[in-house]
Amino acid sequence: MSQAIETSADRAPRRRASSPFLSRFMKKAADPAVFFGLAVVIAVLGIVEWLVASNYISRAVIALPSDAIAGLFSPEFSGELLRACRLTFGLVAAALVLEILVAIPAGYFLYRKPIFGAAYEGWLAALFAAPIFLLYPLFMVIIGRNNYTLVFMGFAAGVIPIIIHARLAFMTVPETLINVGRSFHLSNSAIFWKIILPSGTPTIFSGIRLGLIYTLINIIAIEFLVDAGGLGRMVSDRYFRFDIAGTYTAICAVALVSITLNLIVNRLEKMVR
Amino acid sequence: MNSTSAYTHWLTPVRRIKICTILVLLIAWQLLSISGLLFEGVLPQPLAVLKALVSELLLPSLYIDLGITLFEAAVGFVVGSALAVAVGLWLGSSGFFRRAFEPYIHALASMPKIIFLPIIFLVFGLGIESKIAKSAMSTFFPVTISTIAGFLQIDQTLINVGRSFHLDRAKMIRLIYLPAMLRPLSVGLQLGVAMAIIGVLSAEIAYASVGLGARLIRYSDNFNVSSTYAVMIIIFAVTATVNHLFMRLQKPFLRHERSRQGEAAALTLTAARTPA
Repeated sequence: MSQAIETSADRAPRRRASSPFLSRFMKKAADPAVFFGLAVVIAVLGIVEWLVASNYISRAVIALPSDAIAGLFSPEFSGELLRACRLTFGLVAAALVLEILVAIPAGYFLYRKPIFGAAYEGWLAALFAAPIFLLYPLFMVIIGRNNYTLVFMGFAAGVIPIIIHARLAFMTVPETLINVGRSFHLSNSAIFWKIILPSGTPTIFSGIRLGLIYTLINIIAIEFLVDAGGLGRMVSDRYFRFDIAGTYTAICAVALVSITLNLIVNRLEKMVR
Repeated sequence: MNSTSAYTHWLTPVRRIKICTILVLLIAWQLLSISGLLFEGVLPQPLAVLKALVSELLLPSLYIDLGITLFEAAVGFVVGSALAVAVGLWLGSSGFFRRAFEPYIHALASMPKIIFLPIIFLVFGLGIESKIAKSAMSTFFPVTISTIAGFLQIDQTLINVGRSFHLDRAKMIRLIYLPAMLRPLSVGLQLGVAMAIIGVLSAEIAYASVGLGARLIRYSDNFNVSSTYAVMIIIFAVTATVNHLFMRLQKPFLRHERSRQGEAAALTLTAARTPA
């Protein structure tokens, strides 16, 4: 009896936790607008398929959508995609770790020394809007045509939003919380680890999300431009071999990978918030 | 005495930090370039870069390349933002179509647009048209998202007032929608300008014989490092100047704009901003 009560008690919260997500998903899936949007996309692909198949559009310009989609499921392509993802995400992960290691202390420094924060905030904002990826020829010369350059370029693009958000996160920690810590005679280090950092985590995570997206985009862009690395190279390699269907397949694959990553990171951000 | 106090007034602690930082960076650059830690010629001395910058600025061909890049970016920006405002207004005003198509726009906006360059080159060729198309594409997404966000923050009362006067769609857009969403739209357009230039440069780097991007990559391929640095400085300066001028251009239009709600809505766009 007691076992039965425990089991139902265990199950109840699980049901409660999963139902809002499920109900939201079901609600979205049942929306006629979602079906309409999907139907339009399929119809457009169908029209393109017909135009290309009937030679109204040359296959040297646009590949048959069916060929491009079928290419995604070929074992050879899947293997290559997996290897490319592993390489690109490895580079992104390395850059992101460096960004976090540099940006959070830098953000904290700018928060603790407001005069430096005031001096550098304009520069950081300008760098945030600057075409950082254009620096890659310089770093190709300085570091070489290797993965370190890709990591560094990813780092250079991603570190700025994290510094900006980290500073903002520390600046917006309620003074009351810090005063509570002081009233308990906590050291500065304890106040940072137990109060400031947890309180600023949601905002810092927004910065990390932006940093991650910037890093991924920059690394893929440079991989494409220099024909090296993982996902970006998959596209450029096929394009330079004039494999039109393969180029479209690779573009679809990179698009799917970045959309999936974006969805995961957005979901994680919502959870953190 | 007067000039001394004016000087002290100008040299605020913040400015002092900025000047010191620039000096420290220049000294570090100079020391690194003469240290022998890097291969010879890889990191030229600041003075060599300055000389290359001056000689670049004296070359007429630079201004031809600059003009081409700015022309491509401007045409792409106009085409991309006009399309984006139209699509944004359409999706913003219709809940059904917004729910149908907005997820696709957000998904495409978060992608590295540079991977579409092969398609753009195949469709538009390798000439100026493909650079304009890339610029329009880069502009389209941030402006569309900001237009939708701006439309959604319009006070319903304003829309009701327009409807009570039986305004037709064109008048609703001109008299109600656009004035009420000026600020988020201006933030989106500002972002669109930066994206247009970056879009053109990325396409020129990938394949072009003219334009600033092509010039940069030509110097880099020829291992002309000082000139590569010089062109890069010019590109950063041009991007910053265009951004600044566009902001100045928008100011008179925003002077009478009262709603500040859109600013926060438009700031959410930064997530959709993609550098390449």
